[in-house]
Amino acid sequence: MSKYVGASIKRREDPRFIQGQGKYVANVQMPNMAYLAIKRSPYAHATIKSINTKKAAALPGVIAVFTGQDLIDGGVGKLPCGWVVPDCKVPTRWPLTVDKVRHVGDGVACVVAEDRYITEDAVNLIDVSYDSLPATVDARKTTESGAPLVHEDIPNNISYPWALGNKEAMEKGFAEAEHVVELELINQRLIPTAMEPRAAVAQWNAPTEEMTLWTTSQNPHIIRLLLSAFTLGIPENKLRIISPDVGGGFGSKIFHYPEEIIVPWVARKINRPVKWVATRSESSMTDSQGRDHVTIARMALKKDGTITGIHVKTWANMGGYLSTIAPLIPTAIYITLLSGLYKVEGIYGEMWGTLTNTVPVDAYRGAGRPEAAYLLERLVDVAARDLGMDPLDIRRKNLIPKEAFPYQTPVAFMYDSGDYHRLFDKAVEMADYKKMREEQEKARKDGRVVGIGIVGCIEASGPAPSAVAGSLGFALGPWESGVLRVHPSGKVSLLTGSHAHGQGHETTFAQVVADELGINIDDVEVVHGDTALLPFGMGTYGSRSAAVGGSAIVYAARKIRAKAIKIAAHQLEAAEEDMVYDQAAGKIHVKGSPDKAKAFGEVAFAAYTAHNLPSGLEPGLEESAFYDPANFTFPNSAHIAQVEIDPETGQVEIQRYVAVDDVGKVINPLVVDGQVVGGIVQGVGQALWEHGIYDENGQLVTGTLMDYAIPKASDFPMIETSRVETPSPHNPLGVKGAGEMGTIAATAVVSNAVLDALAPFGVRHIDMPLTPEKVWRAIQAAKRN
Amino acid sequence: MYSATVDYHRATSLNDAIKTLEKNKGAKLLAGGHSLIPAMKLRVANPTMLVDIGHIKSLGGIKVTKKEVKIGALTTHATVAASSEVKDACPILAEAAAQIADPQVRNRGTIAGSLAQSDPAADYPTLMIALDAIFSVTGPNGERHIEARKFFKDLFTTALKRDEVLTSINVPAYGNMPGMGGAYLKHRHPASSYAVVGVAAMVGLVDGKVDHTVVVVGGATANPMHAASVESALDGMEPTEANISAAVDKMDIEATMGDSYASSEYRAHLAKVMAKRALMMAVERAIG
Repeated sequence: MSKYVGASIKRREDPRFIQGQGKYVANVQMPNMAYLAIKRSPYAHATIKSINTKKAAALPGVIAVFTGQDLIDGGVGKLPCGWVVPDCKVPTRWPLTVDKVRHVGDGVACVVAEDRYITEDAVNLIDVSYDSLPATVDARKTTESGAPLVHEDIPNNISYPWALGNKEAMEKGFAEAEHVVELELINQRLIPTAMEPRAAVAQWNAPTEEMTLWTTSQNPHIIRLLLSAFTLGIPENKLRIISPDVGGGFGSKIFHYPEEIIVPWVARKINRPVKWVATRSESSMTDSQGRDHVTIARMALKKDGTITGIHVKTWANMGGYLSTIAPLIPTAIYITLLSGLYKVEGIYGEMWGTLTNTVPVDAYRGAGRPEAAYLLERLVDVAARDLGMDPLDIRRKNLIPKEAFPYQTPVAFMYDSGDYHRLFDKAVEMADYKKMREEQEKARKDGRVVGIGIVGCIEASGPAPSAVAGSLGFALGPWESGVLRVHPSGKVSLLTGSHAHGQGHETTFAQVVADELGINIDDVEVVHGDTALLPFGMGTYGSRSAAVGGSAIVYAARKIRAKAIKIAAHQLEAAEEDMVYDQAAGKIHVKGSPDKAKAFGEVAFAAYTAHNLPSGLEPGLEESAFYDPANFTFPNSAHIAQVEIDPETGQVEIQRYVAVDDVGKVINPLVVDGQVVGGIVQGVGQALWEHGIYDENGQLVTGTLMDYAIPKASDFPMIETSRVETPSPHNPLGVKGAGEMGTIAATAVVSNAVLDALAPFGVRHIDMPLTPEKVWRAIQAAKRN
Repeated sequence: MYSATVDYHRATSLNDAIKTLEKNKGAKLLAGGHSLIPAMKLRVANPTMLVDIGHIKSLGGIKVTKKEVKIGALTTHATVAASSEVKDACPILAEAAAQIADPQVRNRGTIAGSLAQSDPAADYPTLMIALDAIFSVTGPNGERHIEARKFFKDLFTTALKRDEVLTSINVPAYGNMPGMGGAYLKHRHPASSYAVVGVAAMVGLVDGKVDHTVVVVGGATANPMHAASVESALDGMEPTEANISAAVDKMDIEATMGDSYASSEYRAHLAKVMAKRALMMAVERAIG
């Protein structure tokens, strides 16, 4: 039946991207356009004494200069936090700050001028007088007494505490333990670095009082709602948000940013179209960042390797303000993942979301789940070493058996499906794990430093049942919508509330619809990213588009089929229940009489001429569906990596990387491979190179791509991918998320491989990134001991 | 990432370029633009005028004689890396050029632009000092020649006067001399691809013994430095691994550069490791 689903169809969107013909926000150009730039703080923490805008305003070509107070006087609202956990203190955040600056890059004023160069000149002429204050940057130290307060009304810089699990069972697990391992881990700050910097263009139509905002968003409807209800005050029916082609998001473009308020506010004020495009430096200091946990992680085990307890304490750095869904990340998609692939009863996690003078932290590819996978898989490896077990054996010993699904963990989640033993078997076979170990032995005898990492990781993707999300703190409900508009000719417009910014929806969603309706994929056009064209949509993040958005489309297609059957039955003078919708042929025929048939196109035309429809049936052929998932989906993976370390320099080389993933049913293997490999590369980036470093004064030391190292293709061997498919039982496509599994497994597997290589030196742990100097120093220190 | 307002003048000849520099105090030369333009975008550099010498034909080209390789100022890194003449006559130079940055930068960046920038993490300055290069410089008073070791004065500072143009670089065609070998190794910064440490080693062998050694280390100090104690320790010795190791252990360069990626201590360590490896390669090549 599936002609397209399961096939490696080349991405239909790629020709325009690779030919430079995509249309991004920065490409939106209008007559009479003005350009905006933001005056940003050079200090991490300082009181604003005064802002003198006279010189800037007097510069020829400058149209206006506005401060934060001007915006407040002009009616803007505070940026809301959309995910508020219990006992959460939400700091005040204005689009442009008025009292204090709280991180380098915090906006204090803006300039709008006739061209972009003049705005930059004018920004330099704004004179802000600051009283600098001591800064606080460390996730844990910021809670200690004496640390400067980021917001005076939030004591100890603790925005919220959170805990989950069965504390008694955990304590029992530790009491019964024959061995306990403990690690103190830093999961370092990351800077997302999407290829396209954020941008916003606003056009105000004064006579109709309608605002159009083009913005680089992963979820334009959510931005519209927040602008309308909280920050800008233009009603939703007068506010259109367009997120055209978007060049990568990785989570950083989920959030509602100050510029999305400032740009339309200014456009209305001066009654001209206004454009703002972030520079790369601005992206580094204003796009919400990722990770930044300090964690004390403990694992209790029996001597035979059975895990009896896991206890985690984490201080999660939230930065200077709470970004849009920041409290979600280190709570409901972090501590809930601490069971991993393992059957453990005693799990308890507690954490504190803390405020510092750094850029806000929010979801970044993986978001909470890589942090959980990393600490869990590091603990398991250290335990294996302590107990003298092979890292593969200790994992196999603790895996949840396939008979146990659906499996209820002690940390809230109910895993939908999986076959973890088969997953490991496949990875072990692909890598030839036994031979790898033999070769490692030989290499070690030759004085070479070779290591093998093996991990098994879980992900919760496809958020989420709306009631569950609501109970966990989300102000909205993460269902999804889809509309299928069948035109009279039988061609189809597929309107989705999901948003593609690299995922390939224009291909994969069309595959799904073409199969459901039995039509040619070329007859399906995917439309997304424009609030004027679509019903409400929740956008793309958390590897949700196929599972949630794709399911909405399936149900819309099934409604289309039902109506098409009604029309065909009527025209063929047959009973509805006697009709067969032949998806392979794209025809609806009478059961047993394939010749008595109507083609899909004929039915579509008949629906619009309405000359001969069943009585009571509405003309037209358009259906929508809103799909609220019954559960998250739980992709899982077994990854194996081999590294070699130059012991004299500490340089790490990845020699092999084998990834076996269970992302449920696969719509397009080529696209899934792309997602998995891209995710792995991003995870390896964290393992080996990436680090957003703030010095003690809160200055971002790695604020440019000259210092902040993102992965390069030349740093990698060919990544070997394969899959195990256990379909998700609760969505019609059987799919699970594919976008983040690579990132989740990669930091752990590379770290484990490096630490395995260094085992002969007695090195137990090194925090990421595993840069040559850190590895070299660890070897030196071990040699001294 | 938007520069301040700047005038632009496309120089029609070397003479025109020099005259324009003379007349405009805030003017800067523009060739490949791979150091100056980024600095202007960050408003770290704010020249009032750009004098574009990128179209002056006489400043391009590579000329190789039996003794020398002369490289025109505008020669791109990609051209040096791909030149079969350079590969034969001065192989270490082509080897280094191929390791600069990435293909996009190599296709635009020029040799004189890189040298005039005197970036402590650049590859070429290390090579020039190792090769005893001679720089030809033309100013209002005509041409003069500067030895490489006197050219680099400090971080981003050279012996070039404001109104002078570096026109060409001469290096010895050691590839044509028997018993000579050289190697350039770099520890590439994972973000910038600049040299965290770059080491150029040259070895001349006579009758199976080291007659002449050059080891120059870049990236550890403001400008590249000869590892003089290593060089003298090897003279007259057999080029064995043990002798090379012993010589490299004598390295006494005090590293002053350091950042969040690599401390000065680590750079000093890398310099030794890489010097040994580069010398081993140079010896192997000298033996042929």
